[in-house]
Amino acid sequence: MIFAVATIAVVIAMALALVRAFLGPTVYDRVLAVNSFGTKTVLLIAVLGFLAGRPEFLDIALLYALINFVGTIAILKFIRYADMGRATDDPVREETR
Amino acid sequence: MMDWAVDIVGWAFILIGCFFAIVGALGLLRLPDVYTRVHSAGVVDTVAAAFMLIGFSFYAGFSLVTVKLLLILAFIFFTSPTATNALANAMYSQGIKPALVDEEESPSKP
Amino acid sequence: MAKTSSQPDAAAQGNQEGRQSPRPVDHVGRALSLAVILFVTWLLLSGHYQAFVVTLGVLSCLAIVFITVRMDVLDHEAFPIHLTWSAVPYWIWLFKEIWIAAVDVTKVILSPRLPISPRMLQVTSTQKSELGQVIYANSITLTPGTFTIRVFDGQLLVHALTQEAADGVLTGEMDRRVTKVEGPA
Repeated sequence: MIFAVATIAVVIAMALALVRAFLGPTVYDRVLAVNSFGTKTVLLIAVLGFLAGRPEFLDIALLYALINFVGTIAILKFIRYADMGRATDDPVREETR
Repeated sequence: MMDWAVDIVGWAFILIGCFFAIVGALGLLRLPDVYTRVHSAGVVDTVAAAFMLIGFSFYAGFSLVTVKLLLILAFIFFTSPTATNALANAMYSQGIKPALVDEEESPSKP
Repeated sequence: MAKTSSQPDAAAQGNQEGRQSPRPVDHVGRALSLAVILFVTWLLLSGHYQAFVVTLGVLSCLAIVFITVRMDVLDHEAFPIHLTWSAVPYWIWLFKEIWIAAVDVTKVILSPRLPISPRMLQVTSTQKSELGQVIYANSITLTPGTFTIRVFDGQLLVHALTQEAADGVLTGEMDRRVTKVEGPA
């Protein structure tokens, strides 16, 4: 019962975050919304595991929590440098690109 | 008797978590600019995740499931501020200026 | 376990020329405790205790310790074992602060007028090491209503949602507590 309530609440929150991801207006709004969406996805997977009585779902939630973080960092890096390999604002590499 | 009390506490934690999750998402829609949305998004989410996962662990009893829930919580608590910092740093260095209430006072020194 | 730690340590010695390396005793201790922590984590996450599966777990832990030592990232920052115990009271205090601040931010979001007064402020961090500054910056970010935009030269650029949140950072209590956790570095 409580898990059904939690599922509905998380889905509502995810829908609101998705609206912000659609509205923008800047790309950082979208990244922020998608990151928040990802955190709620972790919660959704966990609560679905309890709802279905399958605690193995928690392993997936654990992985998703980590992938969500790596994905956010990767997107930010890609937006900023259009290149995954760069670490800093290095003028030498700027010219050779 | 004990089970009953644990169930009530678990209910309370999960409901508080749900409340914060929806408030955080609502703030994401209501607040006016990117910098203020960061407060609502990453941060109220962290509180929501903490309450919901602790609430679940009351239901799970003391087992490996509890350990996994607490591990998810630990990961969220370590990764969330890092992602927020990366986002804030990226948008600040891209020249997106926050809307401030009074320019002459900030940045203020302690 | 004792046998395993000496092997990656030997690999690290060859890998660390010209860099300021920790004392070998520290290195063995870190590699050993990393192996133990990894294996305990593995046991907790897997939930399987047959001999074959546990052997695979031990092998993967050893592989990870070897790679970590070879990459030369097993320093005090990647593995801050020196502040394990003093951090516990700090976490309890931090959770309390997060709760108080979360209630404040919730009130702001839910009130119809939306009474925000966003501002930027610059605070000085008194931590000596970069690790201490990272802990301070991340603690500020974790507390609702404030987040760190960037860290430079011991200064933190902080964005605050309301005047109260800004005042909370400016009291410097969190700064003092993080410095205490960091200890004499």
